[in-house]
Amino acid sequence: MDVLLLQLLNGLDKGGAYALIALGLTLIFGTLGVVNFAHGALFMLGAFCAVSFNKLITLQKITIDPTKTTAWGSPLEVRTPYAEAMFGDFGIWIVNYSVPVSILLAIPVMLLVGFVMERGLIKHFYNRPHADQILVTFGLAIVLQEIIKAIFGANPLPQTAPDAVRGAADIGAMLGLQAGAIVYPWWRMVYLLFAAGIIAGVFAFLQFTTFGMVVRAGMADRETVGLLGINIERRFTIVFAIAAVVAGLAGVMYTPILPPDYHIGMDFLVLSFVVVVVGGMGSLPGAVAAGFLLGILQSFASMNEVKEILPGIDQIIIYLVAVVILLVRPRGLMGRRGVMEN
Amino acid sequence: MTLTRKPLSRRSILRSGAAGGLVLATPTIFTSRAWSAGYLNEPMGDTVTLGFNVPQTGAYADEGADELRAYQLAVKHLNGEGDGGMLNTFSSKALGGNGVNGKKVAFVTGDTQTKSDAARASAKRMIEKDGAVMITGGSSSGVAIAVQSLCQEAGVIFMAGLTHSNDTTGKDRRANGFRHFFNTEMSGAALAPVLKNAYGEGRKVYHLTADYTWGWSQEGSIQKYTEPFGWETVAAVRTPVGAGDYSQYITPILNSGADTLVLNHYGKDMVNSLSQAVQFGLRDKEVNGKPFVIVVPLFSRLMAQGAGDAIKGIFGSTNWHWSLQDAGSQAFVKSFGQEYGFPPSQAAHTCYVQALLYADAAQRAGTFMPSAVGAALEGFEFDGLGNGPTLYRAADHQCFKDVLVVKGKENPSSQFDLLEVVEITPRAQVEYPADMLGGELGSYNNGV
Amino acid sequence: MSTTPTSSRDLLMFAVFAVAVLTMPFWLAPIGAGYPDLLQKFAIYGLFATGFNLLFGLTGYLSFGHAAFLGVGSYTAVWSFKLLGMNPVPAVILAVVTSGVFAMAIGFVSLRRSGIYFSILTLAFAQMSYNLAYSVLTPITNGETGLRVLRTDPRLFDAASQGDAPLVSTLFGVEMNGYPGFYFCAVLLIIGFFIAQRIFRSPFGTMLRAVKSNQNRMNYTGLNPRPYTLAAFVISGMYAGLAGALLCITDPLAGAERMQWTASGEVVLMTILGGMGTLLGPILGAGLIKYFENIFSAFNDQTLHSIFGFLPDFLETPVVAITGLFVGEGWHLTLGVLFMLIVIFLPGGIMEGFSRIGRVFRRSSGAKGSHQTAPAE
Repeated sequence: MDVLLLQLLNGLDKGGAYALIALGLTLIFGTLGVVNFAHGALFMLGAFCAVSFNKLITLQKITIDPTKTTAWGSPLEVRTPYAEAMFGDFGIWIVNYSVPVSILLAIPVMLLVGFVMERGLIKHFYNRPHADQILVTFGLAIVLQEIIKAIFGANPLPQTAPDAVRGAADIGAMLGLQAGAIVYPWWRMVYLLFAAGIIAGVFAFLQFTTFGMVVRAGMADRETVGLLGINIERRFTIVFAIAAVVAGLAGVMYTPILPPDYHIGMDFLVLSFVVVVVGGMGSLPGAVAAGFLLGILQSFASMNEVKEILPGIDQIIIYLVAVVILLVRPRGLMGRRGVMEN
Repeated sequence: MTLTRKPLSRRSILRSGAAGGLVLATPTIFTSRAWSAGYLNEPMGDTVTLGFNVPQTGAYADEGADELRAYQLAVKHLNGEGDGGMLNTFSSKALGGNGVNGKKVAFVTGDTQTKSDAARASAKRMIEKDGAVMITGGSSSGVAIAVQSLCQEAGVIFMAGLTHSNDTTGKDRRANGFRHFFNTEMSGAALAPVLKNAYGEGRKVYHLTADYTWGWSQEGSIQKYTEPFGWETVAAVRTPVGAGDYSQYITPILNSGADTLVLNHYGKDMVNSLSQAVQFGLRDKEVNGKPFVIVVPLFSRLMAQGAGDAIKGIFGSTNWHWSLQDAGSQAFVKSFGQEYGFPPSQAAHTCYVQALLYADAAQRAGTFMPSAVGAALEGFEFDGLGNGPTLYRAADHQCFKDVLVVKGKENPSSQFDLLEVVEITPRAQVEYPADMLGGELGSYNNGV
Repeated sequence: MSTTPTSSRDLLMFAVFAVAVLTMPFWLAPIGAGYPDLLQKFAIYGLFATGFNLLFGLTGYLSFGHAAFLGVGSYTAVWSFKLLGMNPVPAVILAVVTSGVFAMAIGFVSLRRSGIYFSILTLAFAQMSYNLAYSVLTPITNGETGLRVLRTDPRLFDAASQGDAPLVSTLFGVEMNGYPGFYFCAVLLIIGFFIAQRIFRSPFGTMLRAVKSNQNRMNYTGLNPRPYTLAAFVISGMYAGLAGALLCITDPLAGAERMQWTASGEVVLMTILGGMGTLLGPILGAGLIKYFENIFSAFNDQTLHSIFGFLPDFLETPVVAITGLFVGEGWHLTLGVLFMLIVIFLPGGIMEGFSRIGRVFRRSSGAKGSHQTAPAE
C-alpha cells in the first residue's frame, strides 16, 4: 500500500514535469501550426539561465597565494565569491536561492528569445510545409546546443536546491502511516506545485482574458479570425514568446533534479512530442492529461513486481501506451479533427 | 556482377600478386600506399601517423576532449618538445624524444560520438585514408570492443582508451588490441575489502544497474567479491541507459529493507542517479540499525564534478588520480597542468600512457608491424607511469597494476580536488587467471 | 510507361547517375572523400534515403521510425552470416524479406492514422525496438556491444573452408570491404535508383502522389488509398532493410543505436535537405550529411594551421580559432547552420538550388521550355 502510494506520488511528479514541458509545445502546435523541433532547446536554454545566474553570483575573486603551489607548479589561487564579499548575508542568501531567483532572469531572457525566434525565423515558416519547419527548427536546435556547449562544456553542471527544501520529507509520518515508508524530496514537490501553478496560469490566461479568447478563436479557425480584422500575427508572436517562457521555466526549475548539460533538450524532445500527440493535437487539457497519465504509468511500470512479470516493460511503457491510445482514439485523448492530420 | 569483381582490395592484390593492370582501376591516393609491402600502412616517409579516435560530441565530449589533450601532449613529448613528461620517469629508456624509429610522430583525430557505427567509420577513415598504423582512444566499452575488432580485421594495433568492461580483454579480446585501463573484476576485488572495513559484514544490498554489458559485468563482480562476507543482494534492478530521471527506480528502495545501494552506472547516468538518490534522503536513512550507504564502483573525476555535493563520502574505484605522489604521476600532472592549466583526468592519463607504451614498443621492436609491436608489448614489465610496477599480460593483453580505491572528499580545496585516495590496492590482490573470463586472442593481423 | 519524351530523359538521367556513382572514387578523391568506407556510406545511406523518399516524398507520410527497418536488416544480415556463412547474397535477400515483413506489420498498424499521429506511431515502434534491442533482447542482438560474427558460429556453408581467414563478407572469393564492397553497394544503389525511377513514373507512383495531394478526393472516387500507401511503406522498409544489410556486408557488426530515433531523424533530414519528392535529392542529402560527419569532424587545430599556414601569423591565429569552432568537435554546429541556410534560402532543398541554377542558364541561353523546370520530379 505504502509502496503504491509512493509510486503514485512519484508518477504525479513525473507527470507534472511532462505536462509542463509539453504545454509550451502544444501551444505552438495548436495556435501556430508549427512543428517546433527547437522546443527542447528552449527547455535547455531555460536550464542554462539558471546555470548562468548561478555562475554570475558565484563569480570568485581570485587572489594568488605565493607561499603555496598547485600540484603542477603554478601558484595556488585563493577564491572567494564576490557576492559574499560584497553583500555579506544577502549574498549568501541569494547564492542559496539561486535556482528560484534565476526565474527572474529567465522570464525576460526567454521572452526575448521567443520574440526573436518568432519574428526572425518561425514567422516565415507558417505557410511552409511541415518538412521545412522540422529542418529549420532542428537546425536551430543544433546551433543553440553547440553554442551552449562551446561556452559551458559538455559535462553536467549540478545546481542545488535551496537549503530549506533540499532534503526529503517523510510524508508517511505526516499522514500517520509508518515512518520512513513514504519519503519524497521537497524540491520535487515544489516542482509539482510549480508545474500545477504554471499550467493553471496558462489556462486562466487563455480562458479569462480577451487576448486568450482571440488566441483560442485563432486556434479553432485562423482564417475567420483574420477576416474579422484582428491582427492575429502579433498575437501569435506573443503566444510563441509565452510558450518559450513556459519551456524555459520548466528548464530552470528542473535543474536541481537533473544536472543540466547542453544535450538535455534533445533528451526531452521526443518525450514531449509523444506527450503532446497522445494528448491530441491542438488540445491543452489533452497534453496535461497525457503528461500525468504517462508519468504515472511509467512510475508503476518500473516497480520490480511489474518488471518481473514483463521484463523490459519500464523501457517501452511510454511508447506502448502511445500506440494503444492512438489506436483506440484516433486523435489522441482530446485531439481535434483536422489539426496536423495531413 | 562483373562490375563488383573488377577492382580488388589491397589485400587481395598483394595476395594474388597480379597487381599490375588492376592498380590502374584504383585511385592514386591508394596505389601509392599499396606498394609498401611489409604491413598495412607502413610509413614510408619521415613521419608515422597515429589515429586518435575520441568522443567529441555526445555525453562524453568533455572526457574525449581531455583524452585528446593527453594525446597531443604525448605526441609533443615523443617528438622531443616540452618537458618530456613521463618519458623521464618511464622505466624503459628506448625512446629518446626524437620520434619513433627515426620518424616524427603525426596524428589524425576523429569523433566516435560514443556510437559503435560512428566510431568504426571514423577509425576506418584513419586507416583507409590517413594511413594510421595505430588507433587509440574512446570512452565506452561498447565502442572499444567494436573498434578493437575492426582493427583486428583491418590489421592495425588498437590501444584502448577508457573502457572498463571485462569483455574488452575478456571474451571479446583480440590479438591486435591492448588495454591499460582496469576492469570491473579488478574494481570488485579492490573495493570489497575497503567496503568490508568501512561498512561491516552482513549488509542487504540493492543494485541499480545500467542495462547493458558493462553494467551487468560491474554488478556481477561486486556481488562476487562482497557475498563472501555476507553482503546479500535484495534486488538487482536494471535501468535503461540515459534514463535521466531515476525517481521511479529509487522509490522502491525505500521499502525494500536494503541498507546499501550500489549504483552500477557510469557517466551521465551516474551523475543523475547518484544526485537523485541523495535527494531522496537515502543517505540520511537508517535501516536494520545501520546507516544507509551508497557505493559507486567506477568513479571518474570529471563526472564527480557533475554530481556536485552528492559525491561526498562515497566510495568507488578509479584507475588513476592526479593527487598521487609517485614521480611518474607528478611529472605528468606537472606537464599537463602547465600546458592546459588544470590537472588531467584518469581518461587523459590512460590515453597518454597508452600512446607512450605503443611508441616504446615500436621503438624496441624497430618496426610498426603489428605482430612485432604486439610481441614487444606482451609480457612487458614497466614502472614509472603512475600506477607502480605494471605488467602487460601476454595471455589477454590486459595491464595489471595497483587499483585505487577513492572516496568523495568532504572538504574539497578546489573544483578538481574531489576525490581522496583511500587505499592503493596492490596488484597481487586484483590479479585473476587469464582464462577466467574466456575469450581467445587469435593471431596477429598485419593487414597484408 | 509508354515511350514519351520523358522516358528518354529518364534513361539519360539514369545513365548519368550510374556513371557518376561508379566513378565516385575518382571525382570524390580531391575533396578527401575518395576512400572506401565513406564511399560505401554514401551508397548505403543514398539507398536508405531513396527508399524513405518513396514513402515520404510521394505520399507525404512522414515516418519517424525508419531506422527500425535499418536495424532489422542489419541484425538479419549478421544472423545470416552467423548461421549460413559469409556470402552477402543470402544476407541481402533475407534482410530485405525480414524488414519487409516487419514493415508490413508496423505499416498495417501505423497507417490507420495519418499526419503527425502516424509519425508518432512509427516513432513509438522504432523506439520500442531500440530499447528492447539494447537490453532485454540482448541474446538476439548482443545489446550495446553489437552483434558480430564469431569464429565459433556454425556458418553452415563455409565454416570448414574459411579456417583462419578474416571474418568479412566474401562473394566469389572477393572480400566485401574496401573498394569491392563499395562497388557491391554502388550496383545495388543503381538498381535501387532504377526501381525508384520506375515507381515514380508508374501509375502506382501517380496514385501515391494523389494520396499526398488530396486524400479526400481520392476517397470520393471510390479508391481506397490504404493498400497503396501500405505498399509504399513496405517497399521503403525493404530499401531500409537492404541498406542495413549492406552496412553489415561492408562491416559485419550490427548495433542497437542504428534504431534510435536520432537515426530515424537523420534520414528525414537527408531527404528534406536534398529535396523531398525528387529522385536525386535524397541521395545528395545523404552524401552531404555523411561527408560532414566524417570529414569535418576530422579537422583539428593542427590540420587547420597547415591549411591556413599561408596567412601571416597575426591573421592565422584568429582565423584558425574561428574556423575551429565549426570543425572537429564543432562539426554539429556547421551541420545546424547548413540546415538553416538551405531551408531558408532554398525551400525544396539542394535540388531546388540546382533547378534555380538551371533556370538561370536556360534564361541566358534564351532556350524555351522554362515551364519544365523541376528536373527530377
